[in-house]
Amino acid sequence: MNDTKITSPVYNRVRIDGPTRLSELPLCGKINLRGNPRNKQFLTATASVLGMVPPIQPNTRHMGSTTTLFWLGPDEWLCHCEISQTETLIADLRSGLDGLHCAVVEVSDYYTVLRLDGSHSAALLSRACPLDLHPSVFGKGACAQTRFGHASIFLHKISNAPSFEIQVRWSFAEYVWDYLVSGMRALAASD
Amino acid sequence: MLIIECPWCGKRDQSEFTAHGEAHIARPGDPYKLSDEEWGDYVFFRKNPKGLHYERWVHSHGCRRWFNVARCTITDHIYATYKPGDVRPEVEE
Repeated sequence: MNDTKITSPVYNRVRIDGPTRLSELPLCGKINLRGNPRNKQFLTATASVLGMVPPIQPNTRHMGSTTTLFWLGPDEWLCHCEISQTETLIADLRSGLDGLHCAVVEVSDYYTVLRLDGSHSAALLSRACPLDLHPSVFGKGACAQTRFGHASIFLHKISNAPSFEIQVRWSFAEYVWDYLVSGMRALAASD
Repeated sequence: MLIIECPWCGKRDQSEFTAHGEAHIARPGDPYKLSDEEWGDYVFFRKNPKGLHYERWVHSHGCRRWFNVARCTITDHIYATYKPGDVRPEVEE
């Protein structure tokens, strides 16, 4: 799979308008993990492969040096890793979790991740995202599945700069990109 | 606009959710014993109350989990949200 050239519809795009910067991040590995967090064997096996147990607290993440585990649901997590690690991690998870009622699915090229930086980023997202993005509510490290316009997105606040990561399905990437850029244009015009 | 409390994610905007009709409809224990009329009731007939209604909702743009809502169909007031499998809460209208 790594021999195939993988590009999303917004491949490598960067857009800068005043203080706001929107870009597509290089392809990262994405693994959807499902299992029972009350099962000790599931937690130990996951921790031995990924170096951390899955977060149980809703809308939080656990970060390692090269991998991050995000809470998606009471029995579902998303792992971001380097694309080169993906195959090994999946193989290790599958063998470690063998016999348990769980699922390990690669979704690396199902989604792409956009990054939005700049003081206007929360306002830009709020044009079409119903979450309360005020730093006191949605601070550094917060993550949530929500929507942006008609697109389901996974939003992750990586810093209080503020910087956001927006994970979206490839098929909706251009829609989200254009929506954000139209907001960036409007802001630039009003400044 | 309603703010709905997903039992897993917490309070979210109504636009993240989808409503899917009446809750607590149990599938018949012994399907072979049902008459056509009883099957018709089970498959097609739903309550349509003015007031308190127990409904199934799904957090479609969020965690994609199903849960139940006790809602007033007149005022849209939500009395309670609870996980599937939980006992239906008694609420005062």
